Amino acid sequence: MLRLVNLELQKLLLSRTNKILIFISFILPFTVLVLSSIKINFFGFFTLELGELGIFNFPLIWHITTFFASYFKFFFAIVVVSMIGNEYSNKTIKQNLIDGLSKKEFILSKFYTIVFFSLFATVLIAVASFIIGMYYSSYTEASIIFRETEFLLAYFIKLVGFFTLCLFFAMLLRRSAFALAFLFVLYIVEWLVFWGAYEIFGSSETAFKVKNFMPLESMYKLIDQPIQRIMMTKFPGKEDLAYDYAVHWYEIAIVLGWTAIFVFLSLRLLKKRDL
Amino acid sequence: METILTITNLTKKFGFLTAVKDLSFTINKGNVYGILGPNGSGKSTTLGIVLNVVNKTSGNFEWFDGNTSTHDALKKVGAIIERPNFYPYMTAYQNLKLVCKIKGVDFSKIDEKLELVKLLDRKDSKFQTFSLGMKQRLAIASALLNDPEILILDEPTNGLDPQGIHQIRSLIQLIASQGTTILLASHLLDEVEKVCTHVVILRKGEKLYSGPVDEMISSHGFLELKAEDTNKLMTFLESKKMFGKIKVEDGLITAFLDEPMDAKSVNKLLFDNGIVLTHLVKRKESLEEQFLQLTDN
Repeated sequence: MLRLVNLELQKLLLSRTNKILIFISFILPFTVLVLSSIKINFFGFFTLELGELGIFNFPLIWHITTFFASYFKFFFAIVVVSMIGNEYSNKTIKQNLIDGLSKKEFILSKFYTIVFFSLFATVLIAVASFIIGMYYSSYTEASIIFRETEFLLAYFIKLVGFFTLCLFFAMLLRRSAFALAFLFVLYIVEWLVFWGAYEIFGSSETAFKVKNFMPLESMYKLIDQPIQRIMMTKFPGKEDLAYDYAVHWYEIAIVLGWTAIFVFLSLRLLKKRDL
Repeated sequence: METILTITNLTKKFGFLTAVKDLSFTINKGNVYGILGPNGSGKSTTLGIVLNVVNKTSGNFEWFDGNTSTHDALKKVGAIIERPNFYPYMTAYQNLKLVCKIKGVDFSKIDEKLELVKLLDRKDSKFQTFSLGMKQRLAIASALLNDPEILILDEPTNGLDPQGIHQIRSLIQLIASQGTTILLASHLLDEVEKVCTHVVILRKGEKLYSGPVDEMISSHGFLELKAEDTNKLMTFLESKKMFGKIKVEDGLITAFLDEPMDAKSVNKLLFDNGIVLTHLVKRKESLEEQFLQLTDN
């Protein structure tokens, strides 16, 4: 396993484009997080300090940082897609196989690298959130700090799932740009499924339940939007704002299911294909 | 003799097109094999199948004793197919290092093999800056990294300039002289003639011949003759049964031999019968002529 990750890391880190993209995908969310936590003075008119809003309080901070950081996954998605696209355009996939890498090892080396980078991103966000939280949070008892850390697990699963989806699309289409465009197509298809389900069942609630099983939606649902939750903490009286934002085991199970399916399909595809 | 590769009844279909049809042959250790065939005769497809990048439709192939999986066998094989495929942004050394990691070979081999193909001074240049000849030599170095039992080359001189072709050929001859089994696919006949001891000839995916180069055609060669009196010579030749087909072109008579006979005895026979020759050459068909004969009909 280490050998396979090591192989892939050499392919990735010696290319300047990939290095820049990887750097952006990890450092940018980190920087945004740090910047948002410092006090910004708007020319003496007023000061903006997000920390004052209470969003960096434990355990809310886990929810907020993981939700916003996951938007930066698109940068690494480009890396994932291009690491397959380049293997096809340079025909190195063929040479790798001839040199003695099995088809299974080839897919696994990509998948392990995805897991490796997702884990790295999760650890980075966890550490940054922890430090900022310790600085701003009004509550610093251990029991409160470590409450809701399941958002970190959800973040990790979400990244692995999304990148595996990118891996599968890249294997399917062999071209980086097509694979990225296909993500958008899938997004539309999921709304079409929603619409179809609405036509059949006649209620948007059931239709949403169906859509929750779709790959992109299931990944999105892992970490629900935290805005409404912030509002709730600001206006405690508003009962109608209440919603279910927790990470549920079945949400994780659906995404893990899709991840397994995508890895399996990628391998099937490579085995069936004449290179 | 130790067997390296056995192919039995291998067939590959691409839709309606049959690229390889019921192909069988065996590769033994220590020989230099050529797979000859016109473009599109299934050479690369056959190599692709045994190298695990193309899926076979039916039939079978076995590496070594037959108990080795293709995945493990490929670690004892060095192969380049069509074009040299490397990562353009990596240097020669980095590319070979990656191959070492895949094959599980020690990095110390890299310099040794770069020296062999005379690329050691360019080891820190990026692959994309290499000329085609250098890329092809790097590919050979990469294929040799694991000191393979067999080296498979698919059209190694394709697209190279005369110097490049010469460099690659002497390299192949050098490697062959060190006892490595070589399988060379090509449509260039002089290449195969110069390098190979055995040939497999394919046409439209079917095997036409396989065996040693010099046993390819069972003919005894032919004579080119000229004499002052062409008619007398013709009449004499036609009366003897050891001469088969005879044709005349611009006073030059070409007579194919049906029995083994050397030039000296032909000369003596004709002189004893009062015919004085002005020109006598005994030749065997070149590989090219034999190849065209085999693949034309």
